[in-house]
Amino acid sequence: MNGTATQTLRFTWDLPFAAAKVWRGLTDSKLLARWLMENDMSPEPGNRFQFRRPPEPWWNGVVDCEVRELEPRRRLRYSWSTEIRGSRLDTVVTWTLTPLADGGTRLELEHSGFPAEGPFAGGAKAGWERMVAALGDVLKEEL
Amino acid sequence: MQRQDAVFRALADPSRRAIYERLSRGEAPVKALVAGSGISQPAVSQHLAKLREAGLVSERREGRHAYYRAEPDAVMPLLDWLAHYQAFWPERVERLKTLLKEMDE
Repeated sequence: MNGTATQTLRFTWDLPFAAAKVWRGLTDSKLLARWLMENDMSPEPGNRFQFRRPPEPWWNGVVDCEVRELEPRRRLRYSWSTEIRGSRLDTVVTWTLTPLADGGTRLELEHSGFPAEGPFAGGAKAGWERMVAALGDVLKEEL
Repeated sequence: MQRQDAVFRALADPSRRAIYERLSRGEAPVKALVAGSGISQPAVSQHLAKLREAGLVSERREGRHAYYRAEPDAVMPLLDWLAHYQAFWPERVERLKTLLKEMDE
């Protein structure tokens, strides 16, 4: 990394499932393929794997990952890198599982490393509005 | 490039953008979209049809009810990363929830 500022997305979901079950969903390759993308993940530290989608003209559909941290049923972290139209993304995805009193699981996702610079940068909340406004400007010119 | 054009055209309309943005925060039936939008149901339905044509929105039927959700993969080439993943992860985790629920049954 060259020291530029980065941004992080955070999500929290309370799921009515035990942590062991949620963990399976996050680490079992076949289950992952059904909700996230086709993959060859193996839940071991250092494992290098890929998520794959059918390619588009602008993207080969591949996300390169490496397991950075793995604490069964508690934390899973892997790098998430891809490239679209010459624009490179090198980020980190971290899943954290916390049991809830009712037997469910709090699932937290932190996706970090998004560049904070560029024409569409501007903070997680401003990002969407700014992008849509910028798209609107481009469209006025094109249509 | 045809598909990209369809996506651009679909998002050119501010009301459609607003509907898409609402759906990127979570699935909703037509009623909820009408309530939040200040435009008529036929207009909302027409916007949804254009968004579906462009692959930006998908429909799920449960009996007589239809629910709409954003398909963030469709706008991947047009977005900054942050906005794309802002919609991507909630949509994917919805699928995870459905899958885990099926595992119970």
